[in-house]
Amino acid sequence: MTDKSTAAEPSAPAGAPPGGTGLSPRQKQRISRTLQYVVLVAVVVFLLLRIEWGSLAANFAKPEVAAETWPDVFTVALKNTIIYSVGGFVFAFLFGLLFALMRLSSVAPYRWISIAYIEIFRGLPALLIFLLILFLPLALPGFEVPGGTYGQGILGLTIVGSAYMAETLRAGLQAVPRGQMEAARSLGMSHTRAMVTIVIPQAVRIVIPPTTNQFVSLLKDSSLVLFLGVTGDYVELTKFGNDLASTYANATPILVVGVTYLLVTIPLGYLANRLEKRQGKGR
Amino acid sequence: MVSPASPVTHAVEIRDLHKSFGPLEVLKGIDFAVDPGQVVCVIGPSGSGKSTLLRCVNLLEQPTSGKVILEGVELTHRDVDIDAARRRVGMVFQQFNLFPHMTVLQNVMIAQQRVLKRGRREAERVARENLEKVDVAVKCDDYPGQLSGGQQQRVAIARALAMSPALMLFDEPTSALDPELVGDVLAVMRKLAEEGMTMLVVTHEMAFARDVADRVVFMDGGVIVEDGPAAQVIGAPQHERTRSFLRRVLDPTHTDV
Repeated sequence: MTDKSTAAEPSAPAGAPPGGTGLSPRQKQRISRTLQYVVLVAVVVFLLLRIEWGSLAANFAKPEVAAETWPDVFTVALKNTIIYSVGGFVFAFLFGLLFALMRLSSVAPYRWISIAYIEIFRGLPALLIFLLILFLPLALPGFEVPGGTYGQGILGLTIVGSAYMAETLRAGLQAVPRGQMEAARSLGMSHTRAMVTIVIPQAVRIVIPPTTNQFVSLLKDSSLVLFLGVTGDYVELTKFGNDLASTYANATPILVVGVTYLLVTIPLGYLANRLEKRQGKGR
Repeated sequence: MVSPASPVTHAVEIRDLHKSFGPLEVLKGIDFAVDPGQVVCVIGPSGSGKSTLLRCVNLLEQPTSGKVILEGVELTHRDVDIDAARRRVGMVFQQFNLFPHMTVLQNVMIAQQRVLKRGRREAERVARENLEKVDVAVKCDDYPGQLSGGQQQRVAIARALAMSPALMLFDEPTSALDPELVGDVLAVMRKLAEEGMTMLVVTHEMAFARDVADRVVFMDGGVIVEDGPAAQVIGAPQHERTRSFLRRVLDPTHTDV
């Protein structure tokens, strides 16, 4: 902030008035800080006076409506959000690993396929992919995504997630020092054996923190299942909140759903941070 | 030239070995052999190709041309199962290259189990035996990151020995170590040499080369300049290039006029 930069300037000796303003750096710093507080208080007072708190609370935090979400918000909606995102994550990880290995393959066409896939699906909005999935049965007559509604949602998240995961895992694989492969080969392991036993386990360890963040991002993207037109037992948090909000013409369910997301995403964010720090120490 | 079908008199034999990286020719025709039980030290200035030569012996680098013959089997032949051949050659790296995600014991067991298909029990017995030998048995359950450089290098030696190799390659095994830790590693290598292990050692430790090696090979510019008994190559070198190198190594403050 502004006062910090002033404080970091020890150049002018105390009492020496620079620039002819007659103010010492310390006085300037005090004035700057006072000003910032004044602005903050002014904004708060303005909001307190201008906003109709009664109407806001009635629309966003109505206890009766909030009570209506219970217990389905956990037993159905959160459960489904977790099914979609964990399912998507597992497949995204597996396919991401496959694409990462293809990306590093000595067979050129494998590299091209992998690069094309990664570039295309990282560059498209996730929503677009979900909309395309809707048209799959039309495009491929007789084709049905296995697993029904769950399958469709998980497929969408897998397509999006695996492109990002492939890049993360590639970086992880390349971060394992060359000497590891050489040591494994010099002990008589085949290339595949060395990859599976020595290189991939280390790469996975390296990418655990960024992967945790990717899971959080998939969890948020699972809200796009909304556009698959799911109903009943298959609704996840966002669809659930949106439906109830329409029913009661009240935004409270959306707020409840928002808090439910945060209950999962914030702890995961902390976890990713801690893993990252611990890894920094271990190496 | 000796015929390829000659009896297994050499542990390893190298014939007219060339290696280029792009336009840069690092090895320009190397011929030499190591007999069973011999300790051969390779010395020479950096960039002389000695590490590349060592890495060509177990085909970590693919030679551009020439032959590497291990116990009578030509490794450079297309039809040779290189993974099988490498089992007979242990390698110790400058940077240790222990597997950081495994304990010391697992480091020494893993290749025995996965490559030699030894059972858990036997692999563990062999691992402990070899860790005992290099004097780090007490660290069995630690991870490599918890060990000093000297201990890590000794574990790396045990890991290679556990595969019962016919030949051990050492690629500047003490160059990455703090000076006070060099002695322990050299002591282990000396013990190995005394037990009759066939060893090919790239090193800058002249005292070790003089005392332990049966033969010393001096390389410069991708060729072998001098190859003979340690006492001769280090004590009474025939070539000016060898003399100049040794002067610089033995007395770093000395400059050639």
